[in-house]
Amino acid sequence: MMEIGLTHYLVLSTLLFGIGLVGVMRRTNLLMLFFATEILLNSVNIAFAAISHYYNDFAGQMFAFFVIAIAASEVAVGLGLLIVWYKRTGNIDLMTMTSMKG
Amino acid sequence: MEMYLYIALFSPLVGSMFAALFGANKKTLWAGLIPSALLFTSFVSSTILLVHIMSGGDVIHVELMTWMATGNLYIPFGFVVDQVSVTMMMVVTTVSTIVHIYSIGYMDHDKGFNRFFSYLSAFVFSMMILVMSDNFAGLFIGWEGVGLCSWLLIGFWYHKEVATWSANEAFIMNRVADLAMLIGMFLVYWNTGTLQYDEAFAAMPALDNHTLTIMGIFLFIGAMGKSAQFPFHTWLADAMEGPTPVSALIHAATMVTAGVYLVVRANPLYDLIPDVGLFIASLGAFVAMYAASMALVNRDMKRIIAYSTLSQLGYMFVAAGLGAYWVALFHLMAHAFFKALLFLGAGNVMHAMHDELDPFKMGNLGKAMKGTMIMMTLASVALAGIYPLAGFFSKDLILEVGFVEHHYIIYTVLLLTAGMTAFYSFRLIAMVFHGNDRHSELGIHPHEAYKFMLVAMAPLAILAVIAGSFKAYYYEMVTQVLPATEYHIHSATTFWIMTIGTQLFVLLSIAYAYKKYARVVKEDAAMAQKPFYKVLLNQYYIPEFYETFLTQPYRELSKMMWQIDMKIVDATVDGIAGIIYGTGKATHKMQDGNLSTMLKWMVVGLLVMLILAAVYANAGIIWNMATTLVPGLGA
Amino acid sequence: MFEAIAFYTFAVLTTVMFYITVTTKQALYALTALAAGMIFISAFFFILGADFLGAIQIIVYTGAVMALYAFGMMFFDTTRELKEKNSSNFIVFGLSGLAALMIVLIFAAPIVSTNMAIAYPIDPTIGNSQAVGMVLFTKYLVPFEVAAIMLLVAMIAGIVLAGKKMDQSLTLMQDDDIVIHEEANKKVVI
Repeated sequence: MMEIGLTHYLVLSTLLFGIGLVGVMRRTNLLMLFFATEILLNSVNIAFAAISHYYNDFAGQMFAFFVIAIAASEVAVGLGLLIVWYKRTGNIDLMTMTSMKG
Repeated sequence: MEMYLYIALFSPLVGSMFAALFGANKKTLWAGLIPSALLFTSFVSSTILLVHIMSGGDVIHVELMTWMATGNLYIPFGFVVDQVSVTMMMVVTTVSTIVHIYSIGYMDHDKGFNRFFSYLSAFVFSMMILVMSDNFAGLFIGWEGVGLCSWLLIGFWYHKEVATWSANEAFIMNRVADLAMLIGMFLVYWNTGTLQYDEAFAAMPALDNHTLTIMGIFLFIGAMGKSAQFPFHTWLADAMEGPTPVSALIHAATMVTAGVYLVVRANPLYDLIPDVGLFIASLGAFVAMYAASMALVNRDMKRIIAYSTLSQLGYMFVAAGLGAYWVALFHLMAHAFFKALLFLGAGNVMHAMHDELDPFKMGNLGKAMKGTMIMMTLASVALAGIYPLAGFFSKDLILEVGFVEHHYIIYTVLLLTAGMTAFYSFRLIAMVFHGNDRHSELGIHPHEAYKFMLVAMAPLAILAVIAGSFKAYYYEMVTQVLPATEYHIHSATTFWIMTIGTQLFVLLSIAYAYKKYARVVKEDAAMAQKPFYKVLLNQYYIPEFYETFLTQPYRELSKMMWQIDMKIVDATVDGIAGIIYGTGKATHKMQDGNLSTMLKWMVVGLLVMLILAAVYANAGIIWNMATTLVPGLGA
Repeated sequence: MFEAIAFYTFAVLTTVMFYITVTTKQALYALTALAAGMIFISAFFFILGADFLGAIQIIVYTGAVMALYAFGMMFFDTTRELKEKNSSNFIVFGLSGLAALMIVLIFAAPIVSTNMAIAYPIDPTIGNSQAVGMVLFTKYLVPFEVAAIMLLVAMIAGIVLAGKKMDQSLTLMQDDDIVIHEEANKKVVI
C-alpha cells in the first residue's frame, strides 16, 4: 500500500473515468456534458503519464501533450457550435434536441 | 417406322396445343377442325404401324430421352409398338377421330368449344403415352394424364356444381387407387431393379410367390380404380355429367379400358399368380352382374349406358383373370366400337330432346331420327351378342372361356348377365325410339342431328358389325406376345347347345323387353314402391354409404386438422414474426433522438466489449477454472 | 512515503472534485469543481516527474479551457440552477460502476507483457522540459505542426461561429459612425 505502483495510478484513472461516464450519462445540459467529457480526457492523461513514468518511455507524455492540445481545440469549436445553437433555439437542454428521432 | 410412331404419338399433342391457343376466345371452327385433322393423321400412322406389325415386321422400340438416371435407377421416356400396343393404338385413334368430328357438331352452340377440343386432344395424347410406353413409369404418366383430362372434361361445364362434384369424385377415387398402383410399381422396382416391362417380367419368375401376389394385387387395385370395378365404381355413373362425346371417348372406349390394358400388359406377372387371377375374374363377374342389375331399372339414358360399360368391363376382367388375355383385348376392341356408337347416338337423342334424359319422357323418336335409331339398334344388337355382329365373337368367347376353364359359377353369372344386358339395352331402345309419343306433350319437337355427325358415326357402326371377322387375323398377330390359348369345347354337342342356348336366351330377353316397352308405357307407381326396385334404383345405396362412412369422417378429420394447422403451424409462424416485430418495436426506443440515451447505450456497448476482451484474453484460465469447479465438463 | 501521502491526498481530492462536477445542480459549483480538479491532476503530473506536462495542464486546461467554459456559462445564462430530469440513478451508476470494475480487473490482472520495446527512453540526467523539447521537436515534429494548424483552424472556426456582425470592422470606421446603444445587458454595435 505504501509503495505506489503503476496499478495504483491505473486504478485511480479508472475511477475518474467511471465518474466521467456517470457525468456523460446523467447530464442533460449540454454544457455540463462538456465538463464530463473533460473529466474523461483528464483521467486518460493520468494513465498515460503514469505508464510513461513506470516504463521509462517518453511516448506516454507526448501522447498526453497532444491530448491536451486536442481537448483545447475541441472546446473551442464545441462552444462555438453551442453558441450558434443557442442563438437559434434558445435552449441547450438535451431533452429538446430530438430531431434525430427514429 | 419410328417416324410413324412419333407422328401417332405427338399429333394429338400438337392439336391440343393449337386449340389451347384459342381457349378463351369465342368459338372458332378451326379449333375443332385442326385437332380432328391431326388426330386423323395419328390414325393413319397407327394404321401404317398396324400393317407393319401384322405383316410380320419387327416390334419398334424407341427411347426418346432419359427421364431419370440417378444411382441405380434408370427410367427413360421409351415407347414400344408391339402387337398389344398397336391394337390399343388403333382403338384409341379410331374412336378419338370419330368423336372429334362428332363433337364439332355436338358442341356447336357451346361457349367452351375451343377449350373442349384442347382437353379432348390432350386426353388422347395421354392415352397414347399410356399404351405406347415401354415402362411402368411412362404408363403412370399416361395414367395420371388421362385422369387429369377426365377431370377437366367431366367438369367441363364447371358452372354446374354437380358437374364439378362428379369430376372431383372421379379424380379423387382414381387417385386413391393410384396410390395402390404406385405401391405396386415400387414393389416391382424393389424386387426386379427396373421398371422396363421386358426386363421386369423377365426377372419375375425368380421371385417368390408371396411377393408376386402382393405386387399383382396392388397393381390390380390401381386398375380397379381406373376401370371402375367395385368398390371404386361410383364415379363412372356420375361421370355422365360431362358432355356426351366425353362419355363416348373416355368412359366407353379408352380411359376405363386402361385398367384392362394394364392387366393384359402385365400378363407374365398374372400368369405366375393364378389365385389372384381367379380373384380378378370373380370380381369381374360380380361387377358384371351388379352393374347390369342397376341398369335394369334406371331412368337416366346415359346412366344405363354407363352401367352397361361397367358390366362389360367386368367381362373383360373375367377374361383377363382367367388367363385369356387375347380374348379380353379383343372384347375391349369390339366393345369400344359399339359402346362409343351407343353413346354418340345417345348424344343425338339428348340434343333432340333438349337435354332430357329420362326415357319415360321419350318415345317414338324413331319417326324423326331414323339414322340414329338404326345405328343405336345395331350397336345394341352387337352389345347383346347376336351372331354375326362383333359382340358375339367377343362376349360369347368369354362365356366359353369360363366354361372351358371349369369355372361354372362364373359362367352362370355371365350368362345371366348376358340376358340382363340384352334386356336393358333393348328396354332403352324400345322406350326411346318405339312406343307411344310421350314427348310432344312436353313441348319437345325432336330433329335429327347434323348429317356429318351421322356420317362420322357410320364407321363405328360398320366396325360394330364386321369386327368379328377380324378375329383370325387378330389372333395370329397378338398371340406373338400374349399366351396363345385356344378355347375349345371338346364335345361338339355341348358347344352347339351352349351357343344356340345363349342366343335363344338373349333373343327371348330382347323380345320380352320389346313386349313390355315398345308400346304404351305408363309409369308403374306400384312397382316403384317395391323395396327391391328401390334398392336397384338407388345403386344399392352405395353412394350414401360412402358419403356417411368415408366422406363425412374425412371431412371432420380435415376440419380438425385445419384447426391444428391454424393453431399450431400458423401460430408458430406468426409467433416468429411477432417476436421479430416485437424486438424491433422494443429496440426502436433506442432511437429516440435523445443524446443522453445514446450515450448510455454507448457505455453499454463499451461494457460489452470490455467483458468480451477480458473473457477472450483469459479464455484458458476461465476454462481451467470451469473444468475444476464442474468436473463433468470437458474432459 | 511522501509520495504515498501526496498520491492519496490528491487522489481523494480529485475524486471528490470530479464527483461534485457530475452531480451538483448548481452550474457554478460544477465549473469551480472542475477547475479545482484540473489543478489537482497537474499535481499528479508533477509527482510522476512530468513537469512540462503538469505546467501545460495548469496553463492550458485550468487557464484557457476553464476560462472558455466560464465565458460560455455567462453567455448561456446558466448561473441559475439547472433543471434536469433525473434519469434512473441505478442504471447510470450501475453501468459506469461495472465499466470501471471491468477496466480495473483488466488492469489489475497479472498480465505482464515481456519484451516491451521502449520507444523513447527517458534519460534521467536531463531535466524534463529539456527532454520533452528534444523529443517533441525532432521525433514528433510533424504531429506538432499538424496540431498547430488544427489549433489555428479551431480558432478561426470559433471566431466565425460565435462572432456577430463581422462584415463591419470597428477599427476602420469613424468615431461618429459608431453608435453605441445600451440595451438591457447587451451592447450592440450597428
